[in-house]
Parts: sequence; C-alpha cells; structure tokens
Amino acid sequence: MTRSKSITSAAFPLRLVARLWGDRMSAVLTLVSIAILVALVPVFEWAILDAHWAVAAPADCRGGGACWAFIAAKLRLILFGLYPPEAQWRAILVIALILALVLLTLSPRLWGGRLMLVWSAGIAVMLVLMGGGIFGLSPVPTSKWGGLPVTLLLAVLSLGLAFPFAVILALGRRGSLPVVRGLSIFLIEIVRGLPLVGLLFVAAILLPLFLPADWTIDKLGRTLAALTVFAAAYLAEVIRGGLQGLPPGQVEAAQALGIPYWKAVWHIVLPQAIQKVIPPLTNTAIVMVKNTSLVLIVGVFDMLSAARSAATDPAWPAPSIEAYLFVAGIYFIICFGIARYSRHLETGIKSRSQS
Amino acid sequence: MLRTLWYSSRLRGWTAQIALLGGLACLLWWIGGNTIDNLAERGIRTGFGFLTRPARFPISETVVAYTPSDSFLWAYVVGVANTIWLSVITIGLATAGGLALALARLSAHPMLSRLAAAYVTVFRNIPLIVQLLFCYGVATSVFPAPRLALNPLPGVFLSLRGVYAPALTLGQGAGWVFALSALLAAAFALTARRWPANVPTAWRVTGASGLWVLASIVVWWLAGRPIGLESPVLTGLNFRGGSYLSPEFTAIIIGLSLYTAAFAGEIIRGGIEAVGKGQWEGGRALGLTERQIMFKVILPQALRIIVPPMTSQYLSTVKNTTLAVAVGYPELGLIVNTVINQTGQALESIMIMLGVFLTISLSVSLLMNWFNARIALVER
Repeated sequence: MTRSKSITSAAFPLRLVARLWGDRMSAVLTLVSIAILVALVPVFEWAILDAHWAVAAPADCRGGGACWAFIAAKLRLILFGLYPPEAQWRAILVIALILALVLLTLSPRLWGGRLMLVWSAGIAVMLVLMGGGIFGLSPVPTSKWGGLPVTLLLAVLSLGLAFPFAVILALGRRGSLPVVRGLSIFLIEIVRGLPLVGLLFVAAILLPLFLPADWTIDKLGRTLAALTVFAAAYLAEVIRGGLQGLPPGQVEAAQALGIPYWKAVWHIVLPQAIQKVIPPLTNTAIVMVKNTSLVLIVGVFDMLSAARSAATDPAWPAPSIEAYLFVAGIYFIICFGIARYSRHLETGIKSRSQS
Repeated sequence: MLRTLWYSSRLRGWTAQIALLGGLACLLWWIGGNTIDNLAERGIRTGFGFLTRPARFPISETVVAYTPSDSFLWAYVVGVANTIWLSVITIGLATAGGLALALARLSAHPMLSRLAAAYVTVFRNIPLIVQLLFCYGVATSVFPAPRLALNPLPGVFLSLRGVYAPALTLGQGAGWVFALSALLAAAFALTARRWPANVPTAWRVTGASGLWVLASIVVWWLAGRPIGLESPVLTGLNFRGGSYLSPEFTAIIIGLSLYTAAFAGEIIRGGIEAVGKGQWEGGRALGLTERQIMFKVILPQALRIIVPPMTSQYLSTVKNTTLAVAVGYPELGLIVNTVINQTGQALESIMIMLGVFLTISLSVSLLMNWFNARIALVER
C-alpha cells in the first residue's frame, strides 16, 4: 500500500516506468506488449514503407509492399460498381445526401415526426437519383447499381423499413392478445434462430416461387426484403427491452385519463421506451451496416462484391488484400463513427439524469 | 346492446385476432397456390424423394466419410458435420482468446490494456465477411509455394496450398497407454490428498502432476512407443505426411476466431467489471487472498452475468459459420447451394437448412433457460 502511494505521488515519467517495470509481472507484460508491437513492424513496412503509391504500369507493383496504386486505379469500380460513368454524379449526390441526413439526425433536438418526413423525402429523392427515368435522368436498372451507394442504401432502407414492423412486433409480444402475442414470438424467434445467409437464400431463391409468375421483384429488392425482416426481429427485441423497462404506472395513468391505446403508445410509451434503448439501437444499426456486406453471397453488387471483382483483374499482381483492407477501412469509419456517437449520446443522457 | 358490444374491449380484441388469423391463412393459401403453379410451370417435382439418390458431386473436405456415390441425404449430414466441426473449434479458440483479451484489458498495465482495446475496436467494427475474405486472400496470395513454405515452428509449414503440421500417430496399443495414463492420473490425484497436512497445495499439485507425467512416459516407453508425432516432409512439389489444413479451412477458423474473440472478450470483461468493487473490498476485509477473492467471490458472480450473453454469442458463431460460403468451405450452406444447382430442389433444400439451424438455436435456447434457472440468484 505504501509503495503504491509513493508511486502515485511521483512525477509522471517515473510513475510510468514504475507501472511498466515496477514488479516482475508488469515487466513480463511489458515485454509481451513490446513483442506484439515488434511483430507488427513488418506489417507497417509492407503497408507504408515498401508500398507502391503510384505506378506507371500495373506490373510495377510486383514484389515487396502494398500496392495502393491499385486502389487508386480501381477507386471508381469499388465505390460505384458498374454505375454508368456519365451518370456518376448522381451516385455521388446520393452518398452526399445520406451523409447530410445522417449529420442532421445527429442532434437529438431535431428528432421527431418532421425529421422522419425529411428522411422519407430524402430516400425518395435518392431512389429517383439512382434509378432515373424521370425528370430527364437517364434510367439506370438496379442491376447496374453498385458499390458504396448500394451498401448505404441497403443499410438505411432496411433499418428504416424494419422499424415500424419492429415496434408492432414488440408491442404485440408485450400485449394482452394471445394470438397476436403468439404470432409475434413465433416470428421473432424464427428469424433470430436463422442465419442471415439462410434468409438471403430464401429471398433470392424461394421468394420468386412464392409470388405469382408475372410479379418480378429484382434481386436488390428481394435482398432488401430479407435484410428488413432480419432487422425487424432484432430491433423488436431491443424495443421490447425498452418497453419492459417502462414503469407500468405510465400506461395506467394514460388509461385512467381515458387516452386511447394508440395515442398512449405514440405519445407516452414509445418516446420513453425508445429513449431507454438508444445504445442497443445504435448497436443494431452497426450490426446491420456490417450485415449489408452479406448480400455478396447472393450476388448483389455492393461495395465488397465490387472490391472482390476489382481484385480479379489479371493485369494487377494479386491485389485482393489491398482491396479488402480498403473496404474494411470504409466499414470501420462508418461503424466506429456510429459507436462513438452512441457513447456520446449515452454520456449526454447520463449527465442529464444526474444533474 | 350493440353499443355495449362495440365498446367491449374483449370482444374487439377477439374480433381483431380472428380477422388477423383469417388474413394470415389467406396469405399462406395464396403463397401455396403460387408455389404450386410456379413449380408446375418449371417442371420441378416436389418432395424429399431425391434425398436417397446418389449425390454425384465431390465435397472437398469432410469430417465424416463421403464419396460422390453417397446419397444427397448423406451429403447434408456431411454439411452439418462440417458446420458443427467449424463451430466447435471456433468457439474453443475464441473463448480462450476472449479470456486473454478480457484479462489484458482489465490489467493495470497501460500498454497491454491499450493494445487489447485497439484490437477489440478494430475487429468489432469490420464486417466478418470482409475479414474472412481478407484471411483467405492472405492464405492464397501471401504464403509462398510449398517449395518455399514458411516454417514458423518446427514441423509447421505455411504454404499457398494450406497449412501442414505434425500429426499424432497412434500405433498398436495406443489406447492402452491412454487408459493406463488416465488411471495413473486418478491414482496420483487421490494419493496427493493423503500427503501430510503441512505440505502446501501448490507443492501437491506440481508434485502429483510431475510424477504422473514421468509415470506416463515410462508406460509409453514400455508399450513400445505407440504414440508419436509425424512431421510433414517435402517430397517433390508438395508435402507428404503430417496433418493438412486447407487454405479455406485455415482462413475461416482464423478469421472467425479473431472476430468472435473480440466479442467474447468484451462479454467476459463486462461480466467481471459488473461485479461490484465492494465484493473485492469485502473479501480483503475478511482476510482472503487475492486469488481466493477472484475464484470464490468474483468469478462465481461474474459467471452468472457472463453465461447468457456468451451463449447467444456462441449461437451467433454457429450461424456465422454459414459465411464460409463466401470462401468455399463446404459447410451446410455451400452444400445446400450445390444441391440446389444440381437438382433444382430449392424448396426442400432450404427447408432442411432452416430446420437444422432452428433445431440448433432452439435447443440451445432451451438448455440456456434451464441453466439460467439453475444458477439464478436465490433471493431470500
């Protein structure tokens, strides 16, 4: 005890030395950490020091470090897929629009019905921009959509479409009607018991069988349906957690005041329940952003598929690692951003409830 | 009369529910009709009769015996076995890694805890499938040809064609050696308890296990050394002997374990941190040693918090093995895909896949509920 006291009162560098080498255990741990860092040196050399940043011809990338010139050459393919180059400004505009809407949503003060309207309008504009066909925009079929806009659209649309279903499922599971409760439990547990790959197979292969022969839903729409169903089941469980945490007095008071069920749900139950589960909700958002990459398995051309097909270009010497690292970096920025934002919100809620 | 009926919430509830069920039945009827029409139009016969026909496609790696002349049913069994094999290895590796990560993050060591935190942040925020494809890219493009294979440990070779490692060879009488060794272990454990009371526990444990190892080696030697290690040897263009892991299998095991370990580590850390600081202080006040507090006070309470999220993590690991499709390891998803391409029996094949996963998920959930009820805090 006395020793740790003398350590804390010492100057910072001394304190650090004591914590790194103070006793036998910490010395061993320091050596382990240094060994890990030394093991990372070749990776650093490969990625930075020996890397080829710009090359005259693809063959110059042979030997030694990472070939970042490949990313520069294939940037258009990875980010926009097979989208027609002359209409590429539309895809860029879609990405910008999503970013703008996300930035707008960051401030909790703006949350409400009006923001939902803005989002719906924004998504309608995005779909028009991507698809074209009206306002003199050349039509682009969804089979030509690709890259980052598809990844972002799938994430935003699946979460947005799933949310109302999730609320209904969660309310049904918590409600008093036995048939509705049974159905909600059945749907939620079935979907949560299945791997997303299985749902994507169902959407890609079985859904056309289930619908009349003359209904044609394209592949992107079908995968979106699978992602939506998946997100709805997981969101429903998160929202149910919020509903469970709500004191029963709130609903009883609403009943005593004669407020109809749906009005009580909309104005009293949901705002409080959702506020309680914002951290797990953002967590689900991260999971869904990551899950959009699974559409590669059923052949939808998202950012990851675009990177994979870019890496098969025989002109370049085996650049698949660089391509995946680049894609991983983009996913990391998105997911890490959401995670940091969630933590920021959490501390905000905590400090408000403490003051 | 009608007015009271209209305002009776019970009646309204039941009417709504009956209407819902009716609507659902209509929907299912409509889907069923469409499916029958579509199948008839495409000339696909439904039913599980195809399961007994020979599969006639090869499966690159299996844990149970399989030849292309086996039936489709057996091909599915092979797929399920591969899925379970992947899951078991991944869960084991990820739990060990997660424990190491949790301890590293909880340690007061400034470098180690930051390294562990950085690891968790990076691996949790990148989609698993990207990590799997990355690992596969490393396994198939960075590693050299077998002739120049990397040799990080004696007997272990990393090459473009996969990983070669020493294999355990079991000769005549190996079973007897194992059985005798197990008996010896029990015997030494029992005698160590009877040693004089003033011998410290640590001495007992090291003494008994040291004696056991020595005795086992003697038994092994006397039996004619039936258990050995066989190292792979480079002959011509490839390795012979030893055990072999394909690039697909290696990539999936490493990718899945690294990813899952990050999540498992956070669950374990959360569980240990959730046990209040007062428990440590109380233990110290009672004069318990740090180790006693950890094992008798903290861990039993932490385990109660860790087990439920850990089980769902294990379940999602089982579900995540389906991503091996992207790399080409023949687990259930890939086999289902192959069968659909070969026979067109999409409805049946996907139903089998969903059935298998639902069975695993629901049985683990039931087991989990039972376990939870057993270890739940008994409040008085």
